Amino acid sequence: MRVRFQISISKSHLTSTRVPLHSSAMGDFLEFQDISKHFGSTRAVDHVSFGVKKGEFFSLLGPSGCGKTTLLRLLAGFEQPDSGRLILDGEDITALPPHKRPVNTVFQNYALFPHLTVRENIAFGPRVAKWPRSKIDDAVAGLLKLTQMEEKADRKPHQISGGQKQRVAIARALINKPRVLLLDEPLAALDLKLRQHMLLELDLIHDEVGITFLYVTHDQTEAMSLSDRIAVMNNGHVEQIGAPAEIYETPVSGFVAAFIGDTNFLDGRVLRIDEEDPNYCLIEVAGLPEFVCYNDKQKKPGDLVHLSIRPEKFHISNEAPKSRSGSKNAFRAKVEDVIYMGTLTKYWIRIQNHRLAISQPHGRFLLDEKPPRWGDEVWIWFHADDGYMLDRFNPSEADQAAEVETAGRPESRV
Amino acid sequence: MSDPAPEPPSLPPPSRSRAAEWSVTAPSLLWLLALFVAPTLIVFAIAFKPADPLGGIGSGWTLDTLRSLANPNYPVIIWRTIWISAVATVFCLLLAVPAGYCIARTSKKLRQFLLLLVIVPFWTSFLVRIFAWKHILHPEGLIKHTLVALHLSPPETPLLYTPGAVLLVMVYTGLPFAILPIYAGAEKFDFQLVEAALDLGCSRWQAFWRVFLPGISRALLTAFLVTFIPSLGSYVIPDVVGGPGSEMLGNKIAQRVFTDRNLPHGAALAALLTVAVLIPLILAVLSRRASAKGGLAKAEGGALR
Repeated sequence: MRVRFQISISKSHLTSTRVPLHSSAMGDFLEFQDISKHFGSTRAVDHVSFGVKKGEFFSLLGPSGCGKTTLLRLLAGFEQPDSGRLILDGEDITALPPHKRPVNTVFQNYALFPHLTVRENIAFGPRVAKWPRSKIDDAVAGLLKLTQMEEKADRKPHQISGGQKQRVAIARALINKPRVLLLDEPLAALDLKLRQHMLLELDLIHDEVGITFLYVTHDQTEAMSLSDRIAVMNNGHVEQIGAPAEIYETPVSGFVAAFIGDTNFLDGRVLRIDEEDPNYCLIEVAGLPEFVCYNDKQKKPGDLVHLSIRPEKFHISNEAPKSRSGSKNAFRAKVEDVIYMGTLTKYWIRIQNHRLAISQPHGRFLLDEKPPRWGDEVWIWFHADDGYMLDRFNPSEADQAAEVETAGRPESRV
Repeated sequence: MSDPAPEPPSLPPPSRSRAAEWSVTAPSLLWLLALFVAPTLIVFAIAFKPADPLGGIGSGWTLDTLRSLANPNYPVIIWRTIWISAVATVFCLLLAVPAGYCIARTSKKLRQFLLLLVIVPFWTSFLVRIFAWKHILHPEGLIKHTLVALHLSPPETPLLYTPGAVLLVMVYTGLPFAILPIYAGAEKFDFQLVEAALDLGCSRWQAFWRVFLPGISRALLTAFLVTFIPSLGSYVIPDVVGGPGSEMLGNKIAQRVFTDRNLPHGAALAALLTVAVLIPLILAVLSRRASAKGGLAKAEGGALR
C-alpha cells in the first residue's frame, strides 16, 4: 500500500541530530525536575521528576486527567509550572516563552492554519525565523517528500483527509529541527485502520529523523508498540517508568497492572519461605490452596502481598498438570464462561469466591486437544515465577484503571 | 474540527428542489426589491429630472442636475466625507479588535456581562446620545473644564463644532457595530492555532498578525462594512456636534432637499454617494473571486500532476 520513506532526500536536512538510541552512557537529554502544576484547586501534576534520553521515543501513558497533557504543555511552554525545573540538554528552559524553546508540537486536532496551503503551513516556522528563500524551499520539499504530501502541497487544509492533515502537522513540526518533538494524542482523531497505518509511519519517521519524541497517549497499544520507554501516569504523578515489556511484566502497582493489559489480582499472606529454594515463598490466599511464588521483594512470613497474574500466564486443561513445577500451583476450578476470539480463547473460571480470567493461545485447537467447555471442572496452574508481587495496591485505583482500559474485564479481585 | 475530511474539491450538493429554495428566499427577496432596490432606482431616476420651483419634480429629462455636481465645493465635501468615515472606521477597528478578542477570551460569566455593556447604549435613543455628547464636549462641559484645569488645552479653543468632535462621536457610534462581528469571529476562532504559531516560533505579536487576524478576516470585513458605510451616510452627527468646517455629504443632501427644496439635486448627490460606495465594494468582490478561482485552478493543477 504505502512505500517506504525515501531516505536519501531528507537525510541532509534532518539527520544531523542523529545519535544511537539507548546510549545509556549519556545522561538525560530532557529532565523534568520536581514539576508541580495546579489549576485552581486541582493538582494536575504533582512533584513529577524523570528524564528522557536523546533520540528516545518516550511515551506518557495514562487515563484522561492523569496530567500527561499538562506535562506536555509545560514542556511546550503553554503553561508555567508552579514549582520545579525543565532542563533540556543541560539548559534550564523553565522560564523561556514557547517560541524560544527548541521543541515543536504535533497537536491532537492538527491545528493547521486554515488560511494557508499545505506548503505554506510547513514553511510557517522557517518563514517566521526568516530563513533564506532557497533554504526554505529545500526543507519544505524534503518534508513534503518524507510525508508523501508532494501532490497535495497546494491544497488548503480543508481539502485534504485526516491522515494527510496528520502528516502535514508532523512535517510542520519537524521543519524547525526541534530538539524534542511533542506529540499530543496525534492519532486520536483518526479511525482504527488509519491509526494503525500512521503508527507504522510514525515509527519510521522517528527512525528516520532521530529526534527525541515525547508522545502523549491514553492508548496502551500505541504506547507499547512505539515506545522505547513509557511513563505510566495516574492522578498527576508517574506510577512507573520502563520499557514496554518491563511495565507489562513487572508492574509496580495495581494501577499499572490493570491499566496495561488484563490481569488478575490476588491478595494474600506469606506463609513461609520455600525450603527448596529461598528465592521462593509459599503464599496463602483465602479460598485457594497454598501456592509457591517468586519472592523478589524479600517478603517475610506473615507479610501481606498483592499479586498480579496475567491471564495468559495460566494454563487450563481438563487433565491434571504433569510437570513438577506446574503441580505445585495447580487448582481445581470451574469454567464459568468461554469466549472464542480466533487467536486465543478467553475463559472466566471460578474457585470459591475468586473469578479469574485466563487466555489460552490455540495450538492444534480443534484437532487433537479437547478444549475446556462451559461448566467443566478443570485444572488451572501457573509457574511460580509468573505471580508478580506488586509494590503498591490501591483497590479503587486498580478498579478505575481497569474500567478505563477495557470493557468486559473479569471481576478477578476479591 | 470535522473528522471525516471532505473530499477535495467539494462537489455541488445534489440538486435539491428549486421550488423549495425559492419559496424560502422569496419573501426576503421581495422585501429587498420593493423597499431597497426600487427606491434606489427611483432616486437614480430623479437625478435626471428637472427641479420644479415648488419643490417637486418637473417633467421631462435633463442632465442639468448632474452638471451642477461639478460645483467646486463638492469635491471638498466628498473628500471630507470619505476621510472622516475612513478614519472613524480605522479607529473603530483598532478598538474593536482587542475588545472582541478579550471578550471572546474571558470566562463565560464575564463575557455575558461585557457583551451587555456593548449593547447597553442601544437602549437609549441615538439622538439623545448625540445630544449628550454635545453637553459633554460643550465649552462649559466636563471634559473642557477638566482639560483647562489640567492645562492640557487653552480655554479659547473649542472641542465642539470641529471635525475632531464629529470623528469622536462617529467612533463612539460605530464601535458596538464593529465589536459585535469581531467578537463573533474571535469566539469561533480556534485559539489552538495561536498556540501552534507560538510553538513554531512566533512571538505573541507575530501570532496575532499571522494567524489571529487572517483567522477572523471575514469578521473584520463585516466590521469594516457595518462601520464605514453608515459613516459615509452620516448626517445627524455632523449636524449636531460638527461646525461649518465638518459638513459631510449627508448634510448637503439634507440641505438640498429640506432647505433648497431641490429634490433632483439631492437625489443626484445621493446617487453619487451610492456609486462612490459601490465601486470599491464591487472591485473588492471581483478581486476576491479572481484570487479564489486562481487558487482552485492551482490546486487542481497540482492534483493532476
